[in-house]
Amino acid sequence: MFSPEILLSAVLNGLMTGAVYALIALGLTLVYGVLHIINFAHGATLTAAMFAVFVLHSAFRIDPYLAIFILVPLFFGLGYVVQRFIIGPASHGDDSNILLVTLGLSIIIENGLLAWFRSDTRSIDVPYGFSVIEIGNLFLSTPRVIAVGVVLVTSALVWAFLARTDTGRAIRAVAREKTGAALVGIDVNHIYAVTFGIGAACLAIAACLLMPTFLVNPRIGNAFVLVAFTIVVLGGMGSVAGALIGGLFIGVVESLSGLFMGESLGQIGIFLIFILVLLVRPTGLFGAKA
Amino acid sequence: MSRLSRRDLLKTTAFGASVAAIGAPLVAGAQPAPIRIGILQPVTGALAQDGEYGRLGAEIAINEVNARGGIRSMGGARIQMVFGDARSSPEGGTQEVERMHSEGVAAVVGGFASPIVLAASQAASRYDLPFIVDVGVNDQIVGRGLKNTFRFGPGFGVVTAQALDNLQRLNEAAGRPARTVVLVHEDGFFGAGLARLMQAQLPQRGFEILETIPHPTPARDMSNVALRIRALNPDLVIPSSYYSEFVLLARTMQQQRIRPKGIYAVLNGAASNFRFVREFGEAANLVMDCNHWPDPRKPKTAEVRRLAEQGGRFWMYNTPMNYSSVMLLVDAIERAGSADRARIITALESSTFSDHIMPYGPTRFVNGQNQGAAPVNTQVQGGDIKVIFPDAFADARPVFPAT
Repeated sequence: MFSPEILLSAVLNGLMTGAVYALIALGLTLVYGVLHIINFAHGATLTAAMFAVFVLHSAFRIDPYLAIFILVPLFFGLGYVVQRFIIGPASHGDDSNILLVTLGLSIIIENGLLAWFRSDTRSIDVPYGFSVIEIGNLFLSTPRVIAVGVVLVTSALVWAFLARTDTGRAIRAVAREKTGAALVGIDVNHIYAVTFGIGAACLAIAACLLMPTFLVNPRIGNAFVLVAFTIVVLGGMGSVAGALIGGLFIGVVESLSGLFMGESLGQIGIFLIFILVLLVRPTGLFGAKA
Repeated sequence: MSRLSRRDLLKTTAFGASVAAIGAPLVAGAQPAPIRIGILQPVTGALAQDGEYGRLGAEIAINEVNARGGIRSMGGARIQMVFGDARSSPEGGTQEVERMHSEGVAAVVGGFASPIVLAASQAASRYDLPFIVDVGVNDQIVGRGLKNTFRFGPGFGVVTAQALDNLQRLNEAAGRPARTVVLVHEDGFFGAGLARLMQAQLPQRGFEILETIPHPTPARDMSNVALRIRALNPDLVIPSSYYSEFVLLARTMQQQRIRPKGIYAVLNGAASNFRFVREFGEAANLVMDCNHWPDPRKPKTAEVRRLAEQGGRFWMYNTPMNYSSVMLLVDAIERAGSADRARIITALESSTFSDHIMPYGPTRFVNGQNQGAAPVNTQVQGGDIKVIFPDAFADARPVFPAT
């Protein structure tokens, strides 16, 4: 049996990892909730954002946390353009086409990065990369504690944006009833693109939070996306609060089951929950009834 | 992708190209048909990094051979590379071997990972196509009685035996400071197989295994592994993982201030990788590895390394292994005096090739396994990778215990 200190460390680790999962799931769940499509390019976009952080840091000496202010508008714009001018037109209004288009995009992005950056695993070296916050006998990695804070702020901002602004209301209207929203004068294509842009911007933030302690290679995004799908299902498709709570929860489950069953079997915990949710509460914790 | 590497290749071989240009008019009159050889490496997918560095070694060798005038016994025939991307999967490797066969290659070199090698060499055996394995350490590779398959490097059995012998020596020379061990391994074919061997062998050699911790590849977080190590507080940590996971583990251990008396890696993807040493000097310092490593005494090693490092690449064992494997094949073709597959196989069977840059001595194949092949023990010391065993060419003394 593990000492309480180790258990507490594992729970805190889980929360810190889970916060980043939550942010990645947030982008995915928004796109699903509004466009009703699964964005298969989500992982590749995350990888691209992580390489963007790497390039900004290694070529221009821009700190990853400052890079948030450059990459969020950049990735929002990219997301907007890709949805508005590529995914939208290429799908011809058929959802199953969108699936294929995003899958194709992911292949293009992943292999483009492979051609450009080669297959090496890279990381950046920041002065605070190894710094820890000491609480008694616990060592909490400073960049990961910062990540939790940024994720909480971002989730609150996204929630406030959806609840309080006109665009946010329009997004919710389109999510609820696309035809009705179009009838009252909402530009559905614009709203789709804005939502896609927000999803990409969330990934840009996640990339900035990951890079100080993590590494990047052209396939790294895939490692996160499967977990993000689970979180989206657990939290309820399209729910911001669901993504946040679900992310933190999955993080802790993964960490504890990893501690008790070994890192390899620890993954079982995540997928057991996935199956349980599908069986018992298919709408997820915070999902609306289908 | 391929255009990029060709451009790099031109840069790295500007010297060779100029020599070739001078030599060209002499043989322009009766240029014999080039000999095609297949280079099989995974350059996309999970193993892309290893595959790329393997291909680099093959390219350096082929350029060198062509620059010095090709195969002399065949009137200066040039070597032409037919590259195949194994896409990090056995199916990918098999498909590429089929394609290489249809393009008329004389032999195939490479494979890198055991699952790819097992499938691809079997596919090649149907066409009696000689297959020289560069790295693949699984011992089934040479245990199947395939006439066409030759492994230049050492297998699992040899590597673990030597790793354990040297660990024991190291420990005894330091007054037996290490008694307890935690094994950390990736849960695939390679890591799990290695861990099983270790579990059987370590207790016989006086070490107590406190725990064996498997982890998946890719892993997003190694904090839990680090936590368990911290709770168990072993004298030694023996990790067998690929690059990214070991980097994460070493970083987390540093952050969590876990300092065992030694980190003794076996066939680790990072512990003798210059990128890791360069980027995480502190986490990498004093990490030991038992792995493939070129012979630093041979002058050719420095030359190949210089060519490999041009264009900002790192020096990884894949490059000298593939350079040497291609040179081994070229020697066999030279002696066979023909691109005929059966004659090349016969030439490989009697090969005593010593012009490679690995510390193996002249090649001698028994059932397809090069008998002299052996790993080397390295340790990261002061930002450099030093050889600590075997004594014959060690350039540093081991620092153990580290704390």
